[in-house]
Amino acid sequence: MQEFLSYLDSSLTPGEAGAFAWVVIYILAIFLAVSLAVVAMNWLERKILAHMQVRLGPMRVGPHGLLQPIADAIKLLIKEDIIPSGADKVVFWLAPIVIVITAFTTYIVIPFGPTKAVTDMNIGLLFMLGVASLGTLGIIMAGWASNSHYPLLGSLRSAAQLVSYEIAMGMAVVSAVLMTSLHTGTGTLSMIDIVRAQEAQQVWFAFKFFPLGLLAFFIFAVAMVAETNRAPFDLPEAESELTAGFHTEYSGFRWSLFFLAEYAAMIAVSSIAVTLWLGGWMRPFPHALSGPLWDTAFSFFPALTFLFLAGLAARATVRMPKHPAFRIQTIGLAGFGAVLGLIGLVLLLPPVRARVQDVYWFTAKVAVFMYLYIWYRGTFPRYRFDQLMKIGWKFMIPTGIAVLILTAAVGLIV
Amino acid sequence: MEVTTLHYLVVAAALFIIGTIGVLTRRNVVIILMSIELILNAVNLNLVAFSRLYGLQGQVFSIFVITDAAAEAAVGLGILIAFFRNKETINADEIDLLKW
Amino acid sequence: MNPVATEFFFYGLSAVAIISGILVITRRNPVHSAIALIFTLLSLAGLYLMLYAPFVAGVQIILYVGGIMVLFLFVIMLVNIEQAQRVEQFNKQWHVGVAATLALGALLVYVYLKGQSVFPHRPLLFSEEQNTQQVGKMLYVDYLLPFEIASVLLLVAIVGAVVMAKKRI
Repeated sequence: MQEFLSYLDSSLTPGEAGAFAWVVIYILAIFLAVSLAVVAMNWLERKILAHMQVRLGPMRVGPHGLLQPIADAIKLLIKEDIIPSGADKVVFWLAPIVIVITAFTTYIVIPFGPTKAVTDMNIGLLFMLGVASLGTLGIIMAGWASNSHYPLLGSLRSAAQLVSYEIAMGMAVVSAVLMTSLHTGTGTLSMIDIVRAQEAQQVWFAFKFFPLGLLAFFIFAVAMVAETNRAPFDLPEAESELTAGFHTEYSGFRWSLFFLAEYAAMIAVSSIAVTLWLGGWMRPFPHALSGPLWDTAFSFFPALTFLFLAGLAARATVRMPKHPAFRIQTIGLAGFGAVLGLIGLVLLLPPVRARVQDVYWFTAKVAVFMYLYIWYRGTFPRYRFDQLMKIGWKFMIPTGIAVLILTAAVGLIV
Repeated sequence: MEVTTLHYLVVAAALFIIGTIGVLTRRNVVIILMSIELILNAVNLNLVAFSRLYGLQGQVFSIFVITDAAAEAAVGLGILIAFFRNKETINADEIDLLKW
Repeated sequence: MNPVATEFFFYGLSAVAIISGILVITRRNPVHSAIALIFTLLSLAGLYLMLYAPFVAGVQIILYVGGIMVLFLFVIMLVNIEQAQRVEQFNKQWHVGVAATLALGALLVYVYLKGQSVFPHRPLLFSEEQNTQQVGKMLYVDYLLPFEIASVLLLVAIVGAVVMAKKRI
């Protein structure tokens, strides 16, 4: 037990320190957290989209539709699991598994804090992009195995889109990796060392060599929307043309695996963006506003966030209709708010406060990207496929190469 | 039993043999191209296994081999598509005319 | 960090590699072959990791599995495989091919048995932490010319593929 707890003071990730019990704990924690985040995203996306379109969104199941994702999950699990008779059974069965495994494998190198990653690899970033690109295979397999026209066309489009945007993404990523080599002479692909380099150079890479860092970040931010097949680049799933794209023939549990993988992949690419350009686990202005006073001030943010959410829940509780039919819902909402408030109060304790800092800032930055994803979906009309390809090949890739060369040149001069 | 370089060489040899059999016996051009990928991978495994004994050159060279495989796959599959468009078949032994 | 359970992973990964390799050349359906090939490539990436070559393993995954195999699957979908599945899969002179290859295999086994004393027995010690940096340095310093030639090769391949596959240029 002593040995088990002694890891907590270590300055290495559990994978490097060889603490296998902690590796398992971290993997389970990440898996649970991501699944919970997907459930939360499901509810938030519907609610936010609805409010953008001046609707209410789900309101019936639970107070303000809070239990809607759970109801959906139950519905999907008890639905009939259909395998089309003309389908290639083995591949049809394998495809969702491949997609989910690749989406979750990327998480083992994401650094939620200086020591809060499952392991730190020398090739961390390369590994992450490589495993993420395996998701394409799952999409192609799903589309082909369905033995139907819409899925096949959807997966062909998706594969073409992913392969084209991967190049632009790679160019942007390499220009950020180049920046890590400044001052020290050797660059690094390790996710933790990339954040450390930003710490040492006292700047987030998005603001380095203005506007080069910002341009690379922009290219990545657009390419990652295309990589995850989200609006406005969601052509593989364009309802008006291809029904549901590559997963048209899937139903029930298998379909929910695709759903899970899509959102897990969104969080994973957002984490790459945060790690490479937005300083990973660092709090805002770690150098401009340094000193113990500012540190203490910023350390209250996690608690304040949860207390703010609890306050929102309390406000909604007060505004619930006073009709007896809503009594259970009102009590439920009050209980939800109380749980949030309790978490907020626990986060006020000094030892907890210090430990959750890095995870909080990382998650907050990722959450901004998640909101952006929903915002794009509510704002932009879908591109045509030729427009998509034109943007990818004639704008993103040349700009990416130019940014890469300019970054290298500026890095040589500075 | 300790895993030595010889073990890796045996695995590489087995993959090489499988790939060669595939190239020599299959009719489908797609599978012939895949067998060539198998052969290239066997070579790569040899190079990387030896790089543990003699230095990093083997790893560098295996990266060149992977580049080469990418180029080969792109051109080979391009030829395959052009051929399929003209002859409606992808069997290697039906590719027996220089001009049609 | 040193690899754990070396024998277990070596035999497991090699078994996956070889069995899926056999599946590649025996399946009737090219898509099944391609999926088997993906398993071979991934287990080879695992073997590279055990050989202290993490960078090559990463390149293997991102280029081979994420790039080349996607291209293969893409092309398989474009060509009509149903008709290709119905015909005879092996050519007429397959006996000769198998016999010649097995003879080559016997030769390889003979060479390995005779020559195993030639290799140094003790592996070199690399610092795994610096593998990517060392490979990069070697690529850009010692092997700069081959590197540039490889880029020209890729350019030629792009042009060649476009010329081959496009109906009218």
